[in-house]
Amino acid sequence: MAIVAQSSKAGRIGRASLAWIVALIFFFPIFWMVLTSFKTDADAVKPEFLIFFQPTLENYLNMTANYDYWRFATNSVITAVFATIFALAVGIPCAYAMAFNPSRATKDVLMWMLSTKMLPAAAVLYPMTFLTKSAGLFDTHFLIIVVLMLINLPIVIWMLFTYFKEIPKEIIEAGQMDGVNTWGEIREILIPLAWGGIASTALLCFIFCWNEAYWTVRLTTTDAATLSKLIEGNRAPEGLFFGRLSAVSTAAVGPIVVLGWFCQKQLVQGLTFGAVK
Amino acid sequence: MGQIVLKDVTKSFGEVEVIPPLDLTIEDGEFAVFVGPSGCGKSTLLRLIAGLENTSSGQVMIDGSDVTEVSPSKRGLSMVFQTYALYPHMTVRKNIAFPMRMAGLSQEEQDKRIMAAAESLNLVDYLDRKPGQLSGGQRQRVAIGRAIVRDPSAFLFDEPLSNLDAALRVGMRIEITEMHARMKTTMIYVTHDQVEAMTMADKIVVLQSGVIEQVGSPLELYRAPKNLFVAGFIGSPKMNFIEGQEAAKHGAHTIGIRPEHIDVTAKGGTWTGKVGVAEHLGSDTFFHIHETGLAETLTVRAVGDVALRHGDTIHLNPRLEELHRFDEGGARLA
Repeated sequence: MAIVAQSSKAGRIGRASLAWIVALIFFFPIFWMVLTSFKTDADAVKPEFLIFFQPTLENYLNMTANYDYWRFATNSVITAVFATIFALAVGIPCAYAMAFNPSRATKDVLMWMLSTKMLPAAAVLYPMTFLTKSAGLFDTHFLIIVVLMLINLPIVIWMLFTYFKEIPKEIIEAGQMDGVNTWGEIREILIPLAWGGIASTALLCFIFCWNEAYWTVRLTTTDAATLSKLIEGNRAPEGLFFGRLSAVSTAAVGPIVVLGWFCQKQLVQGLTFGAVK
Repeated sequence: MGQIVLKDVTKSFGEVEVIPPLDLTIEDGEFAVFVGPSGCGKSTLLRLIAGLENTSSGQVMIDGSDVTEVSPSKRGLSMVFQTYALYPHMTVRKNIAFPMRMAGLSQEEQDKRIMAAAESLNLVDYLDRKPGQLSGGQRQRVAIGRAIVRDPSAFLFDEPLSNLDAALRVGMRIEITEMHARMKTTMIYVTHDQVEAMTMADKIVVLQSGVIEQVGSPLELYRAPKNLFVAGFIGSPKMNFIEGQEAAKHGAHTIGIRPEHIDVTAKGGTWTGKVGVAEHLGSDTFFHIHETGLAETLTVRAVGDVALRHGDTIHLNPRLEELHRFDEGGARLA
């Protein structure tokens, strides 16, 4: 009889339960945030575990009336969209060059790019604030777009590089023999072939831009302030209005959760870096 | 027109010199085959001609003009790759049209050439399919179609048949040879298979470690190999090499005799041995013979079905006029 690996029923149930427990642990804070956003501030601070209460839309109505939610949301969309477009515009040619014309330095360059992600952001906080203020860029869309693009560029280039690496070099060479120039190769061959990879890279980059808080909170005041800033601004000094804060947070993460839900497949592909094919 | 000349061309990857200085001329309309074991530099040489690799020094000339610094897209050559290298996101029609679209040909002219290529390559029914829906042989035909429509000054083939099964390979071999006879365009064909080289080439270039061992027509190489390497590489099954006393009798360090130049006799031949493996093909029988006292194994080809089996004693008569003699360095003795 052939020997086949067996997995016991108990083991399978154990693993499934573990997966469910972990999933619930991750899900609970989000669930609680959404729940709290429908409570009055008085209900929200009650110490008991309050699941059944009189729901109210007050927090949401206040939000659009008092804090101009839509302005912050528009800023978030503008900065995330343009930062993603620019990151791709720089990242695609860069990853293309390294994937198809590698030199001895390519690996080092890639590592160096990644190493910039290891720099603690706080280390450059003062120079950044000082420089942007004196250059008159503080609290502008332009600044936030550039900053978001730069902090995501390493991951964008790494992801694109990994996807481009999977395209056989001969196809690019066939293009060269067939008379295309470098831009033609990118436009006619590379982008159509790596479309899935580029889409998941863009999606992930957009999510990272949307969620970024460290710089968007510190380099804006009103004009270019994003949803992260709105949440931060609701951390009122006179005491925490949990209901209000939860509503703002729910409204801030809502769009990205919906986007993520629809693009699950691409996201998983993107996060596994093309490891499964 | 498509005369290709390499002058003093070298190629190094870092410290490693894969092609030492090399001169070669391929005349217009010639079918040249680069052949050699894997790693001999034949593909690198083809890629240097294509422009996909830069030369480390020396010149590449096409029709008298120096193209050493010219990009592959401007050399006017077409290439067929071992892996076909079709554009997987385009239909067959678009794949074939691609080089013409890049060259800015009119739609009308493109359609005309696509149809002509598709008809000659039996691809008419597949024009709207994607490469993923085609068999290996069909894909290779599309790759050839894409190469033809450009009307290049020369075709470069990089082991185009090695991914196909044996039967298909023979068919495609004939198709490409016929295509050459019809178009009379220069073709350079890289292969490690000496049968392909022998059957297709006007001129064979035998390479080893980046060095040209011999250039000549298939029969020149077969009849008068310049050295042991070429002698052993060209011809199937391989030439038998005998050293020592038997070679000294003929005034050589090594003598070589092809399996088809040794006759099997019933009794009292020059050499005797014991049959090891006997391969009965019907038309021919190949004997691998041991205990001859000459070499570890002698291979002999007998015409027809010869009824000798494993362990039988066999008597052999070499045809002395077909004997090849080599000196200690492996070079041919006149």
